[in-house]
Amino acid sequence: MSLEYYLVLSALLFTIGVIGVLIRRNAIIIFMCIELMLNAANLAFVAISRSLGEATGQVFVFFVMTVAAAEVAIGLAIIVSVFKHRQTVNVDEVNSLKG
Amino acid sequence: MNAEQILFILFGAVSLIGAIAVISFRHPIYSALSLIVTFFAQAGLFVLLGAHFVAAVQVIVYAGAIMVLFLFVIMLLNLGTLSVQGAIGRKLKGLAIILGILFAAEGIYIAVNALNDTAVASAESGAAAVTITTYDIGELLFSKYLLPFEVTSLILLAALIGVIVLVKREGQEEN
Repeated sequence: MSLEYYLVLSALLFTIGVIGVLIRRNAIIIFMCIELMLNAANLAFVAISRSLGEATGQVFVFFVMTVAAAEVAIGLAIIVSVFKHRQTVNVDEVNSLKG
Repeated sequence: MNAEQILFILFGAVSLIGAIAVISFRHPIYSALSLIVTFFAQAGLFVLLGAHFVAAVQVIVYAGAIMVLFLFVIMLLNLGTLSVQGAIGRKLKGLAIILGILFAAEGIYIAVNALNDTAVASAESGAAAVTITTYDIGELLFSKYLLPFEVTSLILLAALIGVIVLVKREGQEEN
């Protein structure tokens, strides 16, 4: 399989993630869509790494995964504490900075 | 059509269908389960690309740890009854999908055309498919990328402390 097919698939997955962030109002699903976009970027990294024959792309995937794990832990903690204050995870209803 | 092409179409279709299911299910639990399917299909694609280490980490970290966190929070907050309210208007949704299709077209255009006359394209034509082993990744990680690797541990520490602080303040306010 040539590189283009993987990059096109990666672009499609990233787009689905973007559409998800735009059309869904549930904070947890928006988070999942961000994970989807990070994964699409990982796919592009690995595909280009293979076609260049270099391991650097896979090292960067390792870093992206670490950042994603940290981001999910913090983000879900914030969602839980917002839910405790407001009884909602709808991002349209959480529109003021002051709790 | 050889085995690699068939597997690519299979895994690619499963990951796309799973991704569409993530954004179209009403209930967050179903979205999370579809996301796990997508992650597994992507792990298959990584194996197809010869990145066995990344595929293993994908299954362990993403499909294992991160998705368990998501499912745990969804069940903790009991969101099933709340998720139905507050969908955005049909007009806005249509606009978002049109903009998304435009975005996808741009991405596909870049993927197909912009690689001409670059280092990636010349490497592609030069064949020489070198298999990258876990040994290569580890060697690079502990020599050239040692500083970023150490900074990564700092990020994880910051996340750990941040979560504890967020949760602790909540507990004290309730008391």
